[in-house]
Amino acid sequence: MSTAPVELERPETEEDAAPDLPWVTIVWNDPVNLMSYVTYVFQTVFGYPKSTAHKLMLDVHYKGRAVVSSGSREEMERDVATLHEYGLWATLQQDK
Amino acid sequence: MTRGFRAVGGGVAVDLDADETEILRAMAGLVLELVEEPPEKGEFERIVGIGASTETPEDPVLARLFPDAYSGGDADPSSSADFRRFTEDGLRLNKRANARSLIEELPAGGGGRVELDSGGAHAWLKSLNDVRLALGTRLGIDEEAHHAYLRGEDVAPESEAAALHLYDWLGMLQESLVEALSDVRREGE
Repeated sequence: MSTAPVELERPETEEDAAPDLPWVTIVWNDPVNLMSYVTYVFQTVFGYPKSTAHKLMLDVHYKGRAVVSSGSREEMERDVATLHEYGLWATLQQDK
Repeated sequence: MTRGFRAVGGGVAVDLDADETEILRAMAGLVLELVEEPPEKGEFERIVGIGASTETPEDPVLARLFPDAYSGGDADPSSSADFRRFTEDGLRLNKRANARSLIEELPAGGGGRVELDSGGAHAWLKSLNDVRLALGTRLGIDEEAHHAYLRGEDVAPESEAAALHLYDWLGMLQESLVEALSDVRREGE
């Protein structure tokens, strides 16, 4: 029996297992960002009305995190990069 | 002492005294020192548009300014590393440009009025936030201790109290800028 290592391309298990699940952008609570600023950033980046942006900000503040957008992985990477420019603590993950 | 930003004819304006001007110059200067220019790229990296950064920075301030992009228990660390390679250099350049823009708009020689159009105001907004993130992370600001400080409780040694005072002043200035920009937006609607 051969003990030679079998070369495999790195399996993209995450995508293969659940190809249809959308990705989400999550913003996490942090003690520095002002509540008014976070609301303003959600309005500016996503074009959300102030009421929606305010509600998302409250979720971030009181629940510790909020899903602020969803879509393809590429779209969510763009959203995360934009939010990092505004200094928000944002990450993306596949919705489960 | 400044009364903060207000909406003025489609843009925003603030009156700063000489001390406030120098504090802002110094704080934005710290961001420029902290957020170094991306290293020179090889030809391949330049064409493909990738940088050398793949690791979460060790300095907690830099880790906060350049956070990992992928979260969740099953997140593949290589995804965050790839994201960094493609975005961190651009993010560095943008943060540096915002800090430079803040410094350039400050009144020369003492205090004076700063008037900003929408682009300038957003550069200030982001850079003031970077300054507060850096200062807040360095001070280890947490909400409870900060509220205790705001209630006038003796929570910090004197040196730290001065930094907390500065941190609050920057927060007030940023808050007024958010309000002024919201007023501008309402006027435009």
